[in-house]
Amino acid sequence: MQRFLRRIWDSTLGRHLLIAALGVAVVILVVESVSDFRNVQLASMAYLGLAAGGLTILTGLNGQISLGHGALMAIGAYTSALMLQGAEPVLPLLAIVVVATLVTLLVGTVVGVAAARLHGPYLAGATLALAIAVPGIALFFSERLGGEAGLRVRMPEIPVWVLDAAYFVTGSELTRSRYISYLAWFTLILGFVLLANLSRGRVGRRWRAVRDDEVAAELAGINLGRARISAFMVSAAAAGAAGALMAFAVRLAAPSGFTLTLSLTLLAAVVLGGLGSLTGALLGAALLTFLPDVASNVGRDAGLTDIQAAQLAPLVYGLVMIAVILLAPLGIVGSLQSIAARRRARTRRTSTTSAAPTGAVTTSKGEAR
Amino acid sequence: MKSPTNTRLRRLVVTTGVALTALVLSACGGSRPDGGGEADPGVTDSTVKVGAHFPLTGVAAPGYSEIPTGAKAYFDFVNANGGVHGRKIEYLVRDDAYDPTKTSTVTNELVLKDEIFAMVGGLGTPTHGAVVDFLNDEGVPDLFVSSGSLQWGEDPEKLPWTFGWQTDYESEGKVIGKYVKENMPDAKVGLFLQDDDFGEDGEKGLRQSLDDQIVEVQKYTSGNTDVAPQVSALQSSGADLVIGFNTPSYTALTQLTALKLGYKPKWFYSNVGSDATLVGGLLARFSEGAVKSGSSSLDGVLTTKYLDTVDDADNAWIKLWQKVWEQEGDGKPLSNYRVYGMAQAYTFVQALQAAGKDLTRQGIVDAIEEEGGDFSGPVLAPFAYSSDSHMGTTGMRVVSLKGATTVPETEVEVTEIGDNPVELDDSDAGKDEPPSSGIPE
Repeated sequence: MQRFLRRIWDSTLGRHLLIAALGVAVVILVVESVSDFRNVQLASMAYLGLAAGGLTILTGLNGQISLGHGALMAIGAYTSALMLQGAEPVLPLLAIVVVATLVTLLVGTVVGVAAARLHGPYLAGATLALAIAVPGIALFFSERLGGEAGLRVRMPEIPVWVLDAAYFVTGSELTRSRYISYLAWFTLILGFVLLANLSRGRVGRRWRAVRDDEVAAELAGINLGRARISAFMVSAAAAGAAGALMAFAVRLAAPSGFTLTLSLTLLAAVVLGGLGSLTGALLGAALLTFLPDVASNVGRDAGLTDIQAAQLAPLVYGLVMIAVILLAPLGIVGSLQSIAARRRARTRRTSTTSAAPTGAVTTSKGEAR
Repeated sequence: MKSPTNTRLRRLVVTTGVALTALVLSACGGSRPDGGGEADPGVTDSTVKVGAHFPLTGVAAPGYSEIPTGAKAYFDFVNANGGVHGRKIEYLVRDDAYDPTKTSTVTNELVLKDEIFAMVGGLGTPTHGAVVDFLNDEGVPDLFVSSGSLQWGEDPEKLPWTFGWQTDYESEGKVIGKYVKENMPDAKVGLFLQDDDFGEDGEKGLRQSLDDQIVEVQKYTSGNTDVAPQVSALQSSGADLVIGFNTPSYTALTQLTALKLGYKPKWFYSNVGSDATLVGGLLARFSEGAVKSGSSSLDGVLTTKYLDTVDDADNAWIKLWQKVWEQEGDGKPLSNYRVYGMAQAYTFVQALQAAGKDLTRQGIVDAIEEEGGDFSGPVLAPFAYSSDSHMGTTGMRVVSLKGATTVPETEVEVTEIGDNPVELDDSDAGKDEPPSSGIPE
């Protein structure tokens, strides 16, 4: 048994699947044990996490910055909202997520082709334009896309087989918010497994090579443009799936939900958590989901008025952001990893004479900064 | 290198084992939820909990964030006098920053976590539109939406739990249209509209009587602050009366742009965009001080109102609101937005009383449908509430602005959506006095 698990752990795919299985168990446990409202929050953490995961691959591994991921989410959200207009959905929800992902992938490819030719501030500018322009499309075609008020999403009834399966596994009735929460988290886990595999494999190594040194990468036979475009495509696909999940959770696709603020929020999640780390992206998403709520609740309990408590949330968020940048410039996960690596190096030095170098983890993070 | 991998692996196996065991245990403990049948959420013998979403931060916060402070002051006033049927009103306000996505989040919080009995006064057309289906699916009374869109009340079969409150934009358009037709029959009318339900409903109402007088229609998208193209198009069309269905910021922007272009038509702003004090402040800010702060910049501008305003200092309702605000307010001056919040809270207290001692969600909706049409209160015209309509108050009067005060131009006129005519209100709804206790009987 031990040896069998060792074997799985040593292969990249096996390890990711094992962690994913653990993730599924934890998700079921958490979703079943918390209230409906927490599940709504968990669902929004999942879609933010998935989009941030895609962005952290793009920015952390490939070195491209995108201020337009909110717009890519909008494309996923509108695609799924358009398919959820009638009383009966066109496709099952999972298929809708897939279609939304594919449509966003297509748009991401077009943007990626343009983005691959740009660097630094120019790339930021181009993607910024995307973030501003896409919500405008919804306003321009207001007949079809609902204009300012947006498209309302009609969530279909939960399929009977899902209800049965949920009752069989958990022994309790599946509520609507639990259902959305499961859907979001299972999609997140699937997405993260795919992203983790990609970044561990040949594709990921190419992305890193392009990020670290373009000339060296080109000398090694890597097609720079292709590597950049593929990174953008993968990242866009994640944003599209996240957008679809957001439409399910919020039950609305409206331009005001996909302003530049959303794009910057995603970037903030990535920076808070630690560039290039999927765990970091998830942690950043968790902070962004729960921090404002906790801050304003604390404020209200401390006797502040509603307005003051509401204003407390952005204040605390800003302070946390400043604190992380000052005290843990590698992001939360990045800093924890470097502390762990340092401690490991120290114990190893004391226990054995052959002090092994701490490995690639630290260097790649140092550069990712 | 072997030992760290081994420990990590072992740790992972142990965690998985623990998690799975816990999962199985929790599954055994799972039970089907019982059927309920007890009191509705949010109601006890001594309290009733209601909630609302408002923009407390962000661009829409100036002005609108004052509405819940007014409502809260009135609820506190009622609670201090023993509450309604022995129940104190607990009022929760959540910030949505005028972002529909956030509205959805905070409404989930109010309904699922705080378990409110009803939503009272949630503000905004796009924002409330994001949650209206959810509230109706969950069977949460969605009372007195702070928005004049028709969608809240025109089809009670589709949204049985939702009620409008203020005069809807189509009726407002009809009242304005009638006034212009009678008093300025030769005016060439230009329209300046927000490009959503607000502008569309207003235009629909205006066109019923002004179709042949309208020479130009210009629209703006909220968020785009350059209105020079629209204003110069109105100027070149020769329009000498501009009717605006826009928000306060755009009142200031159009005034400023017209000043720059030397365009001097007669202006007529809908109720939403005409708070002289707020617009005066915005004008000073947008012009970076070039236009003096103060409310005199809108002198002579026409608008409408369906509630008495702070400047009617001798009005009995305003006196009541002043008293409530002195007792329960936060010390800042009373504003028209606070009056709005208090008047809305007053209507909710009336609904609670009509629903009787045994308060249920279905009960309060039935009570508003049956008795809501006869509620007498601070609004100038009667409500349209019935089982066929959940539209709010049915009329308004045209006034002109002079400094921070308003000068009445017409009596209160009432109408209903559709082709119904605009008529003088004969119900005396605008003349009733508040009860001496300040709490509806």
